Amino acid sequence: MSSSLPDTALGALPAVPAAPARRRRASLAPLWQAAPLTLVLLLFFVFPLLATAVVSLWDYTEYSLVPAATPRNYVEMFEGCGNLADGLCTTFRTYISTLRLCGMVWAATLVLGFTASYFLCFHVRTQPVRMALFLLCTAPFLTSNVIRMISWIPLLGREGVVNSALLSLGIVEAPQDWLLFSEFSVVLAFVHLYTLFVVVPVFNSMMRIDRRLLEAARDAGASGWQTLWHVVVPLSKPGIVIGSIFVIVLVMGDFVTVGVMGGQQIASVGKVIQVQMSYLQFPAAAAQAMVLLALVLLIITVMTKLVDIRREL
Amino acid sequence: MQEAKGIGRRATLKAAAGIAAAGLAAPAVHAQGPVTLRYVGTAVNQHQGIKDKVKEDLGIVLEYIPVVSDDVVRRAVTQPNSFDILDSEYWMLKKIIPSGNLVGMDAKRIKLVDEITTVFTKGEVAGRPIGGQGTAPWKVMYLPAQNGRSFAPEPTQWLTLIPTTYNADTLGIRPDRIGRPIESWAELLNPEFKGRASILNIPSIGIMDAAMVVEAMGQHTYADKGNMTRAEIDLTMRVLTEAKHAGQFRAFWKDFNESVNLMASGETVIQSMWSPAVTKVRSMGVPCVYQPLKEGYRAWAAGFGLPRTLTGRKLDAAYDFINWFLSGWAGAFLNRQGYYAAVLSTAKANMEPYEWAYWMEGKPAAQDIKAPDGTVMEKAGTVRDGGSFEERMGAVACWNAVMDENDYMVRKWNEFIAA
Repeated sequence: MSSSLPDTALGALPAVPAAPARRRRASLAPLWQAAPLTLVLLLFFVFPLLATAVVSLWDYTEYSLVPAATPRNYVEMFEGCGNLADGLCTTFRTYISTLRLCGMVWAATLVLGFTASYFLCFHVRTQPVRMALFLLCTAPFLTSNVIRMISWIPLLGREGVVNSALLSLGIVEAPQDWLLFSEFSVVLAFVHLYTLFVVVPVFNSMMRIDRRLLEAARDAGASGWQTLWHVVVPLSKPGIVIGSIFVIVLVMGDFVTVGVMGGQQIASVGKVIQVQMSYLQFPAAAAQAMVLLALVLLIITVMTKLVDIRREL
Repeated sequence: MQEAKGIGRRATLKAAAGIAAAGLAAPAVHAQGPVTLRYVGTAVNQHQGIKDKVKEDLGIVLEYIPVVSDDVVRRAVTQPNSFDILDSEYWMLKKIIPSGNLVGMDAKRIKLVDEITTVFTKGEVAGRPIGGQGTAPWKVMYLPAQNGRSFAPEPTQWLTLIPTTYNADTLGIRPDRIGRPIESWAELLNPEFKGRASILNIPSIGIMDAAMVVEAMGQHTYADKGNMTRAEIDLTMRVLTEAKHAGQFRAFWKDFNESVNLMASGETVIQSMWSPAVTKVRSMGVPCVYQPLKEGYRAWAAGFGLPRTLTGRKLDAAYDFINWFLSGWAGAFLNRQGYYAAVLSTAKANMEPYEWAYWMEGKPAAQDIKAPDGTVMEKAGTVRDGGSFEERMGAVACWNAVMDENDYMVRKWNEFIAA
């Protein structure tokens, strides 16, 4: 966007060669209006990204960066990945672990988020109740990240509330360890946090659905499920895709939740980057970040190709 | 005898400093208001009590900037202008000193420099040598010149850090859940504690704990646990990976509170731990022992370093603060938390005899031992885990370290986490 704008403006100039100064100033106005955002994006988005890309090609020592182009970071990242006989390499295993978490969280937040939005949109009748319930969805964000995650321990821990309840009800004979510091607890924490990011855009899409379409579907003899599947879901698609993008981007880059809830034993790309950063291996971390970025962009591209999200915005 | 000598010396120096201060520094300081020193370090030494006392005694305002240990290194290397005093651990120096961001500290401006314990200067406790594997402080104590970027093998006038505190780390256990004596590091990977063990997820320290275990199990004897070869790293990580696959570890921890939570909630019964974390678990009413083990301790030491860019009043204030730190009040403060002070004679002078006997001599507490805030830490009659200063520091096997093969080790650690 920032590159196409000057092009059109420049292209427009020769078409009005004899325009008075006032006209020329007017044609520059859009440029001025776009300039602040362009500058901000250049400074805080494009430039850091370029810097990361450049640094990912640098060499490094314990205490310094060596600005010499080297493929070292990428080579080390994919070391042993060509040889599948010895099992998958660290990078592939890490990505698979991250993607699996991402997939599970995505599926769970989508189902939950869609259901919650559907309830808010079509079952709650009055606007004040709707808004009150909607605000309730933000409850997980009312405490700090750290407190929220620490509080899972007394709940799900070996001697936590859930385990003692299960034990005293005689449902299990020994405390269940998979409740905490496992993939389950990581997914649970993510779902708890990120369902809201699906609820908001899906709710937004659903509120725009013309209610007469639902009536028409019913008049035409569609069952409740048929209406849901053939009318509501297709019309909510932009919201679903936007929510999915939020969830996927957040989960792919996370290292705090995976670390705390997974007992630091579950690999994620964000975690690898964090460890490398803390050991001052900035170029290696930059290379990881570039690969992660490429993957996330790919996922987003595919999703936006499937659904035109701009149609609804 | 020794103490008397120390006091005499201190009095002389105080008088000398007094004359100097009266002549120049003091009026200037008063004219310009209090100096603020930005103090970057792990939260270990950043106590409100010390801050208040410094303000009272010296009129210097400390601005604490608490960061985790990895960030101490990162700050020192990448943002050397963001602090006036660096509270660094000695192992970090192998990364920081080559960057040239710290300046050698002038021994002549440190009044008690000759009183600093032999742990730092000679690697000895009570005349007996301490285990020196890893980045032992005496290996990285001196610079050949004020702006040196490498370490001097023998004492010089230029010190990398002025030591503040140090300790010997071991495993924390829950005696009530284990119910039998624990004597060896090998117990960490004992299948008996499957799903109830933990280590810290700081690669360079975690791998040394693992090395203590490997050695204790008799699988391999390292030439230097703090500086492994690639083959040794592979071996150590293989042992850890097998244990992880077998479900030995409940979780890995990264910060103080995580380790306290794991232990206090019963998620783990044996894990690497820091001394004050054990105290904290105990103060919550949960039995926890900082278990001495026959293979010895993994020790660490910290000290103050100055950035190269520090000048003028701030530089003087930094030296004043460091001299104050060694002069006893802070040393006693740290000793009472289970750490050790760099200058023992002055710390002793600032502690009650029964406190000194409990913390430093390994004797049963003659009366209740209280924390600096007045809460009872230990009941009368208890004996410190591991015994006296000489027993504990004398049994050190290795020191927190940065390996030559650090890059390789970090990659292997990531592989272990992904395994």
